[in-house]
Amino acid sequence: MAEVLVYVDHVDGAVRKPTLELLTLARRIGEPVAVALGNGAADTAATLAEHGAVKVLTHDAAEYADYLVVPKVDALQAAYGAVSPAAVLVPSSAEGKEIAARLALRIGSGIITDAVDLEAGDEGPVATQSVFAASYSTKSRVSKGTPVITVKPNSAAVEAAPAAGAVEALSVTFSEKATGTKVTGRTPRESTGRPELTEAAIVVSGGRGVNGAENFAIIEALADSLGAAVGASRAAVDAGWYPHTNQVGQTGKSVSPQLYIASGISGAIQHRAGMQTSKTIVAVNKDAEAPIFELVDYGVVGDLFDVVPQLTEEIKARKG
Amino acid sequence: MSLRIVVTVKYVPDATGDRHFADDLTVDRDDVDGLLSELDEYAVEQALQIAEEADDAEVTVLTVGPEDAKDALRKALSMGADKAIHVEDDDLHGTDAIGTSLVLAKAVEKAGYDLVISGMASTDGVMGVVPALLAERLGVPQVTLLSEVSVEDGTVKGRRDGDAASEQLEASLPAVVSVTDQSGEARYPSFKGIMAAKKKPVESWDLSDLDLDAEEVGLEGAYTVVDAADERPARTAGTIVKDEGEGGKQLAEFLAGQKFI
Ligand SMILES: Cc1cc2nc3c(=O)[nH]c(=O)nc-3n(C[C@H](O)[C@H](O)[C@H](O)COP(=O)(O)OP(=O)(O)OC[C@H]3O[C@@H](n4cnc5c(N)ncnc54)[C@H](O)[C@@H]3O)c2cc1C
Ligand SMILES: Nc1ncnc2c1ncn2[C@@H]1O[C@H](COP(=O)(O)O)[C@@H](O)[C@H]1O
Repeated sequence: MAEVLVYVDHVDGAVRKPTLELLTLARRIGEPVAVALGNGAADTAATLAEHGAVKVLTHDAAEYADYLVVPKVDALQAAYGAVSPAAVLVPSSAEGKEIAARLALRIGSGIITDAVDLEAGDEGPVATQSVFAASYSTKSRVSKGTPVITVKPNSAAVEAAPAAGAVEALSVTFSEKATGTKVTGRTPRESTGRPELTEAAIVVSGGRGVNGAENFAIIEALADSLGAAVGASRAAVDAGWYPHTNQVGQTGKSVSPQLYIASGISGAIQHRAGMQTSKTIVAVNKDAEAPIFELVDYGVVGDLFDVVPQLTEEIKARKG
Repeated sequence: MSLRIVVTVKYVPDATGDRHFADDLTVDRDDVDGLLSELDEYAVEQALQIAEEADDAEVTVLTVGPEDAKDALRKALSMGADKAIHVEDDDLHGTDAIGTSLVLAKAVEKAGYDLVISGMASTDGVMGVVPALLAERLGVPQVTLLSEVSVEDGTVKGRRDGDAASEQLEASLPAVVSVTDQSGEARYPSFKGIMAAKKKPVESWDLSDLDLDAEEVGLEGAYTVVDAADERPARTAGTIVKDEGEGGKQLAEFLAGQKFI
């Protein structure tokens, strides 16, 4: 059976959920061979093996942390050379897309970004994409070279599928260009204790209607009652009420949770672009004409300062 | 020595209008209103600011696109760019990201550059990969997705706010930079700017000017194929209730029914 290269997104050895989803998709096409780079690379092996990796290629070097993107492209290309895979799958983060694109160019292949589903096809893997702010769904294929495809978080279920997961050291020679862009400083994001926005099963978002940074406590309380991540519209972010890392939409994060709750958000096309593929959508807005209501499974026309705290209390009461 | 900045800008269908696919499953660019991709306005803005800081600089805006893409160039010129290059050729129809980066790389090289500035993503394709591809092709550093950027003494510095961390980046020129919508509001063209733009030079290049063959670009040269594009079925109309004092509880009831509580 053909091998499929899977690029591993991990933080110091802790594998992030979208990579496990990639393993599920990779198994539809062939045998997953994982590539883990940087600090803690070898620590990823056990988790990757549990989810279907037949092999885990690892390599660590200071270059991965000290220089932008290119060292990782060099390593992925080395893995590609070692394995000759049927496809290369990469998680659709900003960095993942850049790595995938440069690899595709180097190996003379086409690239598809932001797939939301992947199936095996007669002429290679078929990717489903959601385009024009999710108003269209497309099926596409790479027609030249080895398909390089990046996949969005929450595109498949994480499945246990124990495999050998044999760790092999990858041999990497960095290119001359690897050290072109130096990382001179790094401030890790502070953990909020809440789930990662793109990975969360439930997202609770607030917009301009929240009307102030301090009022976001109402949104956070609802999120915490549901174990959810917190999102924000660009209007709320631009006003300085919530960090940009939490922005949902075209220029923020694209989310696809089981449940999305929008409060005080009108539902502009750029916001919809980042949340329209959510399974269940709920909104609270005092304007019955707000476009967000066109998307909802359940909507409450009302003041969020009344509705949201009542909802939070009720959830807490029901959960006991 | 003059600092030569080339800004890559894309002409895209208006996101607030009705966007669709043409019969050959390419993005329909004929029957829709188009404009300069809003995310590329941020690139023009940063280019103008960097040029204002430098003693001597020239800002060229470059687009690859159909006839109407001139509108995008005009807008950038009226914001303050000095000149424009329009790469236009019938054989470009259907070019994908790999092909676009090839055409842009050839054009940038022909124009001459110290710094290329791109937007974070185009608002139609939203791939966010062309700047990285361009850097790979040109063999120069990629300093992308910056929410803050500055150029001094032949070095570009910037801040990239990533998922896990915020990084400070640094590279020597020449380099390819892309900026996000957090980099600073783009200016509005002034009346004077709009008038001045009419007299600014716009060069037109076709594939032969760039020593490119038709087979390398367009639908034929594309590395990807779209087999189907279907309009997503409208979401089934949901239940909408007016809050009469029990809205939160009603919502909780719905969520419990869906097993979220
Ligand atoms: C290139 C580009 C990229 C963009 N990218 C993004 C993006 O990534 N994400 C994004 O979100 N936007 C993005 N936008 C902006 C987008 O167009 C909208 O401006 C933005 O989404 C509006 O945010 P909002 O819904 O919070 O605010 P508004 O549109 O002002 O809506 C606020 C809503 O709150 C309601 N409200 C007010 N008070 C209350 C109350 N007490 N109780 C209940 N409801 C109340 C109002 O009825 C209204 O519907 C982008 C725009 C451009 C041009
Ligand atoms: N046809 C084009 N002409 C000029 N610039 C482009 C074109 N396509 C993409 N770009 C540039 O590349 C950036 C990222 O585009 P994309 O990778 O398509 O999302 C855009 O913001 C533009 O700066």
